[in-house]
Amino acid sequence: MHSFGYRANALLTFAITILAVMCAIASFSDNFNSPSPTSQVQVLNINWFRNKPDGDDEVSMTMNISADLQSLFTWNTKQVFVFLAAEYKTRKNSLNQVSLWDGIIPAKEHAKFYIHTTNKYRFVDQGSNLRERDFNMTLHWHVMPKTGKMFADKIVMTGFRLPQAYR
Amino acid sequence: MRFNSSHTLLSPSPFTMDWEGQKVAEQLMQIMLVVFAIGAFVTGYVVGSFELMLYIYAGGVILTTLITIPNWPFFNRHPLKWLDPSEAEKHPKPQVTTSVSKKKPIKK
Repeated sequence: MHSFGYRANALLTFAITILAVMCAIASFSDNFNSPSPTSQVQVLNINWFRNKPDGDDEVSMTMNISADLQSLFTWNTKQVFVFLAAEYKTRKNSLNQVSLWDGIIPAKEHAKFYIHTTNKYRFVDQGSNLRERDFNMTLHWHVMPKTGKMFADKIVMTGFRLPQAYR
Repeated sequence: MRFNSSHTLLSPSPFTMDWEGQKVAEQLMQIMLVVFAIGAFVTGYVVGSFELMLYIYAGGVILTTLITIPNWPFFNRHPLKWLDPSEAEKHPKPQVTTSVSKKKPIKK
């Protein structure tokens, strides 16, 4: 501690180490949050349903997506990334997951939403397996922190089925 | 110990403290930073603002810097009393009388 530079270095190093500890504790505090999110999806209309020239099925639909993800936010939350995936099983694949829509929720105030939209991303199958197919609509989210560990979870909504024939 | 005029390099200059002061400066720095860190975290957590925690802590770091880094007078209240050169001359270092005496170059 005998010179200006020595003290400045000691202070800076200690201050940054303490900052790292503070961030680790802040991230750990996220574990005490017990969220209770809810969600609902309605398929309003199948706009079209076809077999593409390359052999894969494709469907376009209009949906209402509503959710209340406010309880996911903590003091250490930067944003929540949310996406809706259609999930179904085929003979070739035990799980097919097709992302239909996604969004970024930047703050707690925007976490309770109701949107009316067609699928943002194309719902294309690997093959021709979509006719009369039962599928789930699963809302996935990633709670992205300001510092530390990211939490991810989902809500599975069952009971959807695609039409018997192409339209 | 014997000092020539080189001892003036260690006498009070804008960037030195005495030994007591150095110990106090170090302890004060560590305590202040930890106290500000705890205060910042608790305040930020209770209010629910991560940014507030960082602002309080940054303010604490700056305050600690201002108090513990510069050579304030209260860090120099126990200055070392160096032996006066004229006094040192009266007590010469005992000469070693054995064989080879190498002349060491005087280093600054």
